Amino acid sequence: MSRLIFFLQEAIRALRRNAAPSLAAIITTVVTVVLLGVLIPIFQTAQAKSDQVRGELNFQVALYADATHAEIVSLEKELKAIPHVDSVELITKSQALKELKETLGADKSKELTSQLNENPLPASFKIIPDDAANLAGIRAAIIPTGPNGKPQPISSIIDKIFDRQDESSKIAQVTSALKIVLTVITVLLILASLMLVSNTIRLSIYTRRREVEVMRLVGATRWFIRWPFMIEGVVVGFTGGLVAILILWLGKITIVDPLSNTFSFLAAQNNSTLNFPAMIAILFAAAVLVSTIGSGVTLRRFLKV
Amino acid sequence: MSAEPNPPMARSKKRQPRDDEPRRPRGRRAPIVELNDVTKVYAGGHMALDRVSLAIGRGEFVFLVGPTGCGKSTLIKMLIRELATTEGTVKIAGRDIGALPEKKIPQLRRNIGTVFQDFKLLPDRTVYDNVAYALQVIGASRAEIREQVPQTLRLVGLSTKLHSYPDQLSGGEQQRVSIARAFVNHPPLLLADEPSGNLDPVTSIGVMQLLYRINKTGTTVLVVTHDREMVDNMQRRVVELYEGRVVRDEVSGGYTEESTTEFGLRMRAEMGVGHQGEGQSNGHGQDALI
Repeated sequence: MSRLIFFLQEAIRALRRNAAPSLAAIITTVVTVVLLGVLIPIFQTAQAKSDQVRGELNFQVALYADATHAEIVSLEKELKAIPHVDSVELITKSQALKELKETLGADKSKELTSQLNENPLPASFKIIPDDAANLAGIRAAIIPTGPNGKPQPISSIIDKIFDRQDESSKIAQVTSALKIVLTVITVLLILASLMLVSNTIRLSIYTRRREVEVMRLVGATRWFIRWPFMIEGVVVGFTGGLVAILILWLGKITIVDPLSNTFSFLAAQNNSTLNFPAMIAILFAAAVLVSTIGSGVTLRRFLKV
Repeated sequence: MSAEPNPPMARSKKRQPRDDEPRRPRGRRAPIVELNDVTKVYAGGHMALDRVSLAIGRGEFVFLVGPTGCGKSTLIKMLIRELATTEGTVKIAGRDIGALPEKKIPQLRRNIGTVFQDFKLLPDRTVYDNVAYALQVIGASRAEIREQVPQTLRLVGLSTKLHSYPDQLSGGEQQRVSIARAFVNHPPLLLADEPSGNLDPVTSIGVMQLLYRINKTGTTVLVVTHDREMVDNMQRRVVELYEGRVVRDEVSGGYTEESTTEFGLRMRAEMGVGHQGEGQSNGHGQDALI
């Protein structure tokens, strides 16, 4: 217990007497954590949005009106058996009409139905792939090219395929590129942060390497020397993390939250993909850990006497 | 080399041997320092010590002299295992310190007070805290520290400078802080590597007197020095190194002995017998006793 107090005193003394390097380490931590705290949610949102767009990509297989129930059931099985098909949903004629009415709104749909004697819409299967990149493959599996070089659907009840083929493939390409770029940038950013913080710590310890040597020569054990430095690391990480989180929190309530009422983009971020407290907790823990372990590891070199 | 040869200086309660202190064979009369054929070759191939054998008994006061580069500092560094031997064994109080596991090295150093030529004080601590650090390292209680530190600082004559920082002190004062730190836990052995190397003659007399008083308390003292006048006046055991070898070991002697020193012989040949200027700082001259 008295040891702990001694180590705490030592750490505080060192922080006071080495104010400039300590401050540099704290500021570095603040800047890094704020940077990560701003960019990670942005990347996360972009990622989530692109995933959402990809998730919505699908196509519909329209069926002939004379298809029997047995034929439809057996086709559904076949479709489900195709690789990369995530789900197959049967949309009956009446469902199709209902959806159309919903899309058009009450007034227009009334106008429309009043002019129709019967439901002109075909029954169809809505096919959702496991990934947007597999759309084309699934299409080809449903309507393969027959021996005569013409498209030959796998079932005689298939009329045709509705989709927006060009748009789908473009969206698929762009979003997968975006995914890779965002992942790379996030990894680089985290690496850069780690290096920045550890370098600052290294510098502040390097200025005191003579001191460490003297301690060794006087007969201090490694951990006796190391503990105050580690505690110093905790204090630096803790202070830096705390200030950064304060800045992030202020930014959230003054800038992001008011805007999220008007922009759905931001709203989506706050409600679903981003868990603000969780991110804060992780960043804070990372700041403290990196700074503490960084101190301990850097010291190794100077403890060899 | 634990608390056993606690000198009479320790007026306060004696420090009890701690459980974690290494058990040592209590060869009662084992010399406190014993070197057997110690050789040290540096990475570059330079041979700093060449089969040096030396024994220092408990309570002795020994001067280690010789020209720069003769291996004196290497020898000191080996005694606290700042350096390892290339060959041969170094024993402290009967224990081969070359066989000491890395973990036990701090234990060894706590039992050897070391005074460095460049003082090696901790710049961000006051005089009091610098001396206290040597006690904090061994896990002394606050009460012990409050008692021992002022007492030791009084011994070295720095009672009035407790709260000064090293950069506010003169060289002599810093050296005395360094001595206080080396002695505060009353180690059985005290090494001083050119304690007066950076000091003026008057100050160095003070430092040497201090070492003498410490020796009187029962602590074995080994002093590396160039200060020929001091060595001549004190008439203590003198060990002389020359190019890594012991060329002289006298129970009571002066800085140089003309007949046995290779260097002396060479100087005589080159410069004729007799008058060497006192100012020859490295003492490469003739014996002042003649």
